Amino acid sequence: MTTTTTRIERHHYDVVVIGAGGAGLRAAIEARLAGKKTAIISKSLFGKAHTVMAEGGAAAAMGNVNSRDNWQVHFRDTMRGGKFLNNFRMAELHAKEAPQRIWELETYGALFDRTKDGKISQRNFGGHEYPRLAHVGDRTGLELIRTLQQKIVSLQQEDKREHGSYDARIKVFSETTITELLLDGDRIAGAFGYYRESGEFVLFEAPAVVLATGGVGRSYKVTSNSWEYTGDGHALALRAGATLINMEFLQFHPTGMVWPPSVKGILVTESVRGDGGILKNTEGKRFMFDYVPDVFRKQYAETPEEADRWYTDPDNNRRPPELLPRDEVARAINSEVKAGRGTPAGGVYLDIASRLPAEEIRRRLPSMHHQFKGLADVDITKEPMEVGPTCHYVMGGVEVDPDSGAAYGSVRGLFAAGEVSGGMHGSNRLGGNSLSDLLVFGKRAGGHAATYVDQLAGRPRVAVAAVETAVETALAPLQRDTGENPYTLQQDLQAVMGDLVGIIRREAELEDALVRLAELRERVAKVSASGGRRYNPGWHLALDLRNMLVVSECTAKAALERRESRGGHTREDFPTMDPQWRRVNLVCSLVGDTVRLERKPLPKMRPELIGLFDRAELAKYLTDEELTEFDALVAADAAAAEKEND
Amino acid sequence: MGTKRQFRIWRGDADGGDLQDYTVEVNEGEVVLDVIHRLQATDAPDLACRWNCKAGKCGSCSMEINGMPKLGCMTRMSTFEEDETITVTPLRTFPVIRDLVTDVSFNYEKARETPAFAPPSDLAPGEYRMQQVDVERSQEFRKCIECFLCQNVCHVIRDHDENKQAFSGPRYFIRAAELDMHPLDARTDRKDYAQTEQGLGFCNITKCCTEVCPEHIKITDNGIIPMKERVVDRRYDPLVWLGSKIFRRGQVPQTSVTSGHSPGAVRSSAASGGVHSHAGGSHDAQAETQAQQGVNWHREVPHPTAPAVDASGKLPLTELTFDRAAAPSPFGDDVTFPLPPEHLNFAHPEQDERDH
Amino acid sequence: MTSSATKPQGVRARAAIAAKTLRTDRWWFAPLITVIGLSAWVAYATVRVFMHKWYWVEDYHYLTPFYSPCVTDRCLPEASHFGQYLPGWWIIPDAAFTLPFLLLFRLTCYYYRKAYYRSFWLSPPACAVPDAHASYGGETRFPLIVQNSHRYFFYFAAIISLINTWDAIAAFRSPEGFGFGLGNLILLGNVVMLWAYTISCHSCRHIIGGRLKHFSKHPVRYRAWGYVSWLNVRHMQLAWITLGTLALTDFYVMSVSAGWISDLRFIN
Repeated sequence: MTTTTTRIERHHYDVVVIGAGGAGLRAAIEARLAGKKTAIISKSLFGKAHTVMAEGGAAAAMGNVNSRDNWQVHFRDTMRGGKFLNNFRMAELHAKEAPQRIWELETYGALFDRTKDGKISQRNFGGHEYPRLAHVGDRTGLELIRTLQQKIVSLQQEDKREHGSYDARIKVFSETTITELLLDGDRIAGAFGYYRESGEFVLFEAPAVVLATGGVGRSYKVTSNSWEYTGDGHALALRAGATLINMEFLQFHPTGMVWPPSVKGILVTESVRGDGGILKNTEGKRFMFDYVPDVFRKQYAETPEEADRWYTDPDNNRRPPELLPRDEVARAINSEVKAGRGTPAGGVYLDIASRLPAEEIRRRLPSMHHQFKGLADVDITKEPMEVGPTCHYVMGGVEVDPDSGAAYGSVRGLFAAGEVSGGMHGSNRLGGNSLSDLLVFGKRAGGHAATYVDQLAGRPRVAVAAVETAVETALAPLQRDTGENPYTLQQDLQAVMGDLVGIIRREAELEDALVRLAELRERVAKVSASGGRRYNPGWHLALDLRNMLVVSECTAKAALERRESRGGHTREDFPTMDPQWRRVNLVCSLVGDTVRLERKPLPKMRPELIGLFDRAELAKYLTDEELTEFDALVAADAAAAEKEND
Repeated sequence: MGTKRQFRIWRGDADGGDLQDYTVEVNEGEVVLDVIHRLQATDAPDLACRWNCKAGKCGSCSMEINGMPKLGCMTRMSTFEEDETITVTPLRTFPVIRDLVTDVSFNYEKARETPAFAPPSDLAPGEYRMQQVDVERSQEFRKCIECFLCQNVCHVIRDHDENKQAFSGPRYFIRAAELDMHPLDARTDRKDYAQTEQGLGFCNITKCCTEVCPEHIKITDNGIIPMKERVVDRRYDPLVWLGSKIFRRGQVPQTSVTSGHSPGAVRSSAASGGVHSHAGGSHDAQAETQAQQGVNWHREVPHPTAPAVDASGKLPLTELTFDRAAAPSPFGDDVTFPLPPEHLNFAHPEQDERDH
Repeated sequence: MTSSATKPQGVRARAAIAAKTLRTDRWWFAPLITVIGLSAWVAYATVRVFMHKWYWVEDYHYLTPFYSPCVTDRCLPEASHFGQYLPGWWIIPDAAFTLPFLLLFRLTCYYYRKAYYRSFWLSPPACAVPDAHASYGGETRFPLIVQNSHRYFFYFAAIISLINTWDAIAAFRSPEGFGFGLGNLILLGNVVMLWAYTISCHSCRHIIGGRLKHFSKHPVRYRAWGYVSWLNVRHMQLAWITLGTLALTDFYVMSVSAGWISDLRFIN
């Protein structure tokens, strides 16, 4: 029973942070500042995390540009954006603490763009009432990750001075993948994984683990996400006994490039359509006129002539249908492609070249023009773009305690922050809220993980048997040579998710998807990878597939269950929001090997928070019952105020 | 719809390797990284290659394409002739791990040695005030995506491996410049650091770093040369320089060896003794480096495998349930005595004082 | 027992790539053309400097920059605007106070350094092409450490540019008094380019404003720094252009002085 065939390297840490993006690094900094010996596990090189892709900025109500901005307004915007499905406490904490977290970055050396009076400049962004996004040109994510990376280096330099070694109290394990969390009873005891470089296994014994692994986009055919986004953290949490919420909510962008491959997944901003870009199918038809829903009929043009007049004279003409809300545009593109009028790559044409003079396009869309010219040699002033819905962000994730980031479910010692955690963004995320989310909840998760370690009576022990099982599971794909190629399986999984659990969902398709996912599960169980253990991407993918699959199952199940459309979840058969469904979170857990879905009531907003909203607005989201309660609250408030005046 | 193109890709590892020929389908609008992905999905599933964002923002897919250091995701196939054979090799300057993946830890070590931003002591978070014109120069350097192409192309270390200890490379010169130009950085010794510790003097401004930078950072003109000029301000004022030559001869070390090649290595004790200059004339590169570095007493030795415990977390002390006679070693199964010398470790209590 | 912390100490092998460079473009072209260009210019300049004649056009007061200011006692007295201090030995250039500094200014110039390190010294000949030398110490030791004195040569060069400006202005002469011909245009153009090259120098950029930590506190110097930076981007072009204008100016003055051609006069 103790004869493990493979000798395993062991490390002892107080806190292990899985993921080296914004949330992971912020959590690690906090844990280290709390005096804990901290390991950061990074799937790729240190500083390459997907956070670098964030362009817009980090939302924080600092009020530098408009002094009327404050946390209440930010909170209100966030709740609105998430269609009131957000965990209110998370949204509240986020709005309150984001400015502090941004200012903190400056003390780490960040250099944001400045206002005239020398403060951090803030820019406007969709859904935010005031200019709120702290930014550095269009590379805010890079600035954030570099700043945190350099802060960690500075802490390491401190440790070197005090303890003689850079790695004394915080160490980065780059290109290391965790495949399993190890438990001692219901407590986290450690994490097991492998070095990508050597293929050697490594065991981290630690009483607290912070998940900061990001999203799940790699399960989709067209995605703006990098290869790392295979839902590792989601799956690790599930297998350790934690729960996921809101997994049905994925943010899709209606117009991401689908072709050529070198720019696949890159987003084409909405301003291309705002500036005159039109959508055409392969028959050359401007199809959006066929997809104007009745409720919008009055505000949108009926003929191309009227639509074209809008660009110059918006007061006397109705808007072109290309400017319908995101989900409508996506639905239209989806229908065209499914009806066989899409391009071979599964998109439609977005044409601005024939609409504006080349000079004008270059002037209005300089970065777009530059990006496509540089990356794909596509000249948007000469040819149409091929676009389609693109998977961008997952709102759902590990269900956590809002204050501490501790995972719910049966496990203790597990924390989650960033995209891998759920609840904060509700059913839809506002642009700019993700970067501040990373910082606010990264800090909280790191800090609370440290507190948890302090309160622990004894250190949990890793059971040898569990390690052996983990080794076997990890080596299995290499030892089989009959199974399928992992790349084929990934493509099949992406096809199922992209086609059947994509941006627009239908009951029959979702049921079909679940059947296919079950088939895939069997095939993935038999996957085989050729080659050896040293830096073998095929093997790595084979191991990731398992995670992608279980997370996809959660998404498909939850999408089937939620019979309404809200934010990032659009059901064609239930196209409207249902106030009853707003009161429900769908919680996904793993029982044995099976994914189980449960309904759980949403926590109720505190009176002073719900009081920030107008009744008229709440009426769109709340049930009658909740509204009566709200009215009573307002009445009581008014009575109290009157009494005070007397 | 694609065309067949010829590729030569270096396959192998530290023990050797060679260029292997592949014929791959290439479609319109693809970049070199797309082709590598196609190869992975078809002919060569275990072809090792780093990548992340595929949009030129993370700097992972650095490789040498037709001999020039480039990002795989930013090199369009349309820039090559149809009948051209495209040669893809790993970065030359760094040790190879496998195929196109190299060990770039050199860069992270140098990053770790560069003193971090020193926040002004009198300002609380939120009180920082900086003008846009003052932060712009540093912002240019912060565009760096750390693809390490500049480090790779720099002939100071590319062609002269022995300079790796004393030379930090363009990436860290612009880091030093960034901090020196930061309006609120509290340290004043960045210039001296760049000259004495980073080896700024090794740079002969042949500008290859600027040529390969995918972010188009003017590394040489805006980073290295201004740093050189700032060093001149302090060190090469002719009178000061003459004085130091005459009166303090030999007291200002040209270079000082900081950490060696291994992560976790610390300031070598040999550095102060001057042993580092070509010890013994040995031709064995590894022995030489070891002689240069001395024994690193602070390296991290992995923890031994903990003794096996049973389900209750206890040592299984009965022979009935155990796989051998008597109890397992409390030091772990993989530790044998006497310990081999390379596993000994020791931290001298006065290490810090000696270092500084 | 390998781990990231205990990787085998010492040097790990690089990829064993046999070819010294895999570049397929004409990387050797730029260094080649630099060698040819610089060699040709130096050869011309050397010949001219030691010719000791045809440097002054009496009628129009044209003085070639290669002999300005003319300070040996073999100089024509009317060409020695600033006096004669040195013996007229053959080996001493007639502009012995300026030419060495001009030479050193260009020799230590950040652009020329790049140019000759690459082309003459092959260190490296081109990017990702191996250095031709077995060991390399860069500019850390004597003699190359002296390259750091560039800015002091810049100060001299600025003074010399003033002298050249004086020469160009003084040349608006003819036997009748004021005069203006093609030679004036050439002299003027040369001086303008020389100024542009001198001001675009990296050291100048540093002194003007680059050394400041807070641009916002020095708005005038920041502006000046902006202009110099604009020029600085063109430092390489200016370096070559001034080589051309210098040679052209000298050649023109020589030709007129030797009577091979006569100056095209616009006024007098």
